[in-house]
Amino acid sequence: MTHSYDLIVVGAGIIGAACAEVASAEGLKVAIVESGAIGAGVTAAGMGHLVAVDGLPAELALARYSLGLWEELRDLPGGEFSRCGTLWFARDEREHAGIADKLARLRAAGAAAEAVDAAQLRELEPALAEGLVGGVLVPDEAVVYPPMVARRLVERACRRRATLIHARALALGDHALTLDDGQRLLGNVLIATGGALQALLPELLIHLRKGHLLITERYPGMLHHQLVHMGYTDSAHGQADSVACNVQPRPTGQLLVGSSREYGVSDSDISLPMLRRMLRCAFQFLPGLRQLKALRAWAGLRPASIDGLPYIGRVAQRRGIWVAAGHEGLGVTTAPGTARLLVDQLLARTPAIDARPYDPMRAAA
Amino acid sequence: MAERYDVVVIGSGPAGLTAAHAAARQGVRVGLVDAQALPGGQVWRHDVRFSAPAFARRCMQATLEHIKIDWLPQTRVVGAEPGRLLVEDPRSARWLKYGALVLATGAREVLLPFPGWTLPGVTGAGGLQALAKQGWPLAGKRVVVAGSGPLLLAAAATARRHGARVLAVFEQAERAAMLRFTRGLWRWPARVLQAAALRTQLAGVPYHFGSVVTAAQGEDALREIEVSGPHRQRRIACDQLAVGFGLAPNVELARMLGCQLEAEGAQQRVRVDARQHTSVPTVYAAGEVCGIGGRDSALIEGAIAGLAATGARTGIASLQRRRAQARAFARQLRETFAIGERVRALAQPDTLVCRCEDVTLGALDAHVDARGAKLATRCGMGPCQGRICATALAELGRAAGIAARPPLFPARLESLALAPADGVAPSLAT
Repeated sequence: MTHSYDLIVVGAGIIGAACAEVASAEGLKVAIVESGAIGAGVTAAGMGHLVAVDGLPAELALARYSLGLWEELRDLPGGEFSRCGTLWFARDEREHAGIADKLARLRAAGAAAEAVDAAQLRELEPALAEGLVGGVLVPDEAVVYPPMVARRLVERACRRRATLIHARALALGDHALTLDDGQRLLGNVLIATGGALQALLPELLIHLRKGHLLITERYPGMLHHQLVHMGYTDSAHGQADSVACNVQPRPTGQLLVGSSREYGVSDSDISLPMLRRMLRCAFQFLPGLRQLKALRAWAGLRPASIDGLPYIGRVAQRRGIWVAAGHEGLGVTTAPGTARLLVDQLLARTPAIDARPYDPMRAAA
Repeated sequence: MAERYDVVVIGSGPAGLTAAHAAARQGVRVGLVDAQALPGGQVWRHDVRFSAPAFARRCMQATLEHIKIDWLPQTRVVGAEPGRLLVEDPRSARWLKYGALVLATGAREVLLPFPGWTLPGVTGAGGLQALAKQGWPLAGKRVVVAGSGPLLLAAAATARRHGARVLAVFEQAERAAMLRFTRGLWRWPARVLQAAALRTQLAGVPYHFGSVVTAAQGEDALREIEVSGPHRQRRIACDQLAVGFGLAPNVELARMLGCQLEAEGAQQRVRVDARQHTSVPTVYAAGEVCGIGGRDSALIEGAIAGLAATGARTGIASLQRRRAQARAFARQLRETFAIGERVRALAQPDTLVCRCEDVTLGALDAHVDARGAKLATRCGMGPCQGRICATALAELGRAAGIAARPPLFPARLESLALAPADGVAPSLAT
């Protein structure tokens, strides 16, 4: 059997879901191909922190663009959008010296960001350890529950007559996709399969970066902001296994404790040594965490591109094949911008931000 | 540094007690771990008013007082690395190194949802027994016991001893199945005596077959129940309802260790060989975790596992013969008390399935798989980590998963940060 679509989205993680939603809103005839549950891959493994990370200019641009678009998604039922703000904290003078630059970069990108001194830091978050020297508050940032967001976006697309197909994508052709149930779909194909990208597009390199998270029982009122150590960006862009203090208050009162980064690991089993490192790092800054009870821990595999920027756009040397993948730890934040950028290119419109830094051409082997 | 034992036994019910004792008699050092403050497991749980049977007392005493056995109460296993376990007690955490490990983690009650099952005043059958033994006041209370299996009679007898007015016991199995079962009982004379003793303790309490409690009602607490019997429906006013549908093996630790499991009806059990050896070298399992078999199988298997874990060659063969007989009885029980369709159909779309996160059965209907259902509804994400709802959902024929990752039980973050080289108190240097 053969069916034709304007866009066939492979993968119903938050990236695929967002792309399907935007495409369907443009009136395109959309199919979504997913063999598992919606938003159940790395989308469900992350923290759901909507944050502008300022390590790379193009990363910051996509995040800021996306944060604006998130404002329209705040009310998705079950999405648990909670505008707790991000509080970056500095441990020492070296990190403190980075505050001015960070503020300048964030403000240049349009973010409301303010410097916070040591006393204000303690006032904002009394649970933080004494001796921290200051930080940056980005009050508009938020947290969400990503698997539910993905589900709602797919539902929206389906209400606009998108078709959800429970099958596995086997092979790509020119403007075509073959499924494991024998169906052949015709049309533009968008690969949004994250860490599994290379099964369909071997020419685009993806590295898996394993991360651990832990969730506690409910302790309402203990924390108020998503807390991130200023050293986080260093660890996120380094090349060695690392941990960073990254703790989030969930709307349930639970705390999500992260984060870790491991290279060259492709299982998502809990590594107790890595969990220990991650927790000890968090205890330094939040000593009160020690006595709290952990409910669950899990690990996920961030899909990273070759250079820290996602692949968004047409795949060179192929006909009618598109990609949106490789967002590493920022796929949830940047899903709405990614979707807009991709669909604008598909419709041959000029995107709102420069699309060239994300062009998958740069990675094609 | 981590403490080291030649054999670590997890669980101090009948299987764990005999395993520890059998191993200690071979001259090795044994660590006996249990989550409770006192030994005995579920079946010999400490009773604040009545002392345990003489045999149970002897068994516990012989084990706890053995010079080669360290008793580690109120201790839960929360994580594992090859050859060692991360354990937590109310004050501290530490690593236990083992030469061999015996899993005697027992079983939990299968609680199947029905309208009203979460009302205060409704518990499991084993749950009521545990409450009674802990001194929860039952004197003069009108109690109904329902569900399936021999545990119902034991629970009713315990409640009665503690002063409850047991109005009736409702067994879902049909009378015909029960008759077949009793006709074959002559093969297990000890069981005939046990059953007779229970019936004596329950003299005057009606025992109905083919009967199911279909709903529990009340405003803030239980007031009345609906019972559907073979011939009629009726309502009974009561203060306490205990409903249990048998037991399910506690396999989470075994799964975390990578032991192969096999199906036991809708549930899973640990696969073991004739020496109680699991698929993982150095890991043995005994008792209910290898399939619901009752106290006798547990005692025998514990002894086999304790011997096998020390590498003993003698003394096992005669135990293996006795085990075969005890297990044959367990199979009869399983067939007799197999859960009927009527019970599986009790839960309505608005009946809660996951009590931790308030998820109804209907809320799960929209989802094709367990993972999607969990992510969308939070079913199984609460403090019981799915032990109650996933066990029930499996029985209802729905896919459900219980993760077997550290922390295996809710644990202090400090405990999870403890490294094997740290000793007892966590060192927080980085």
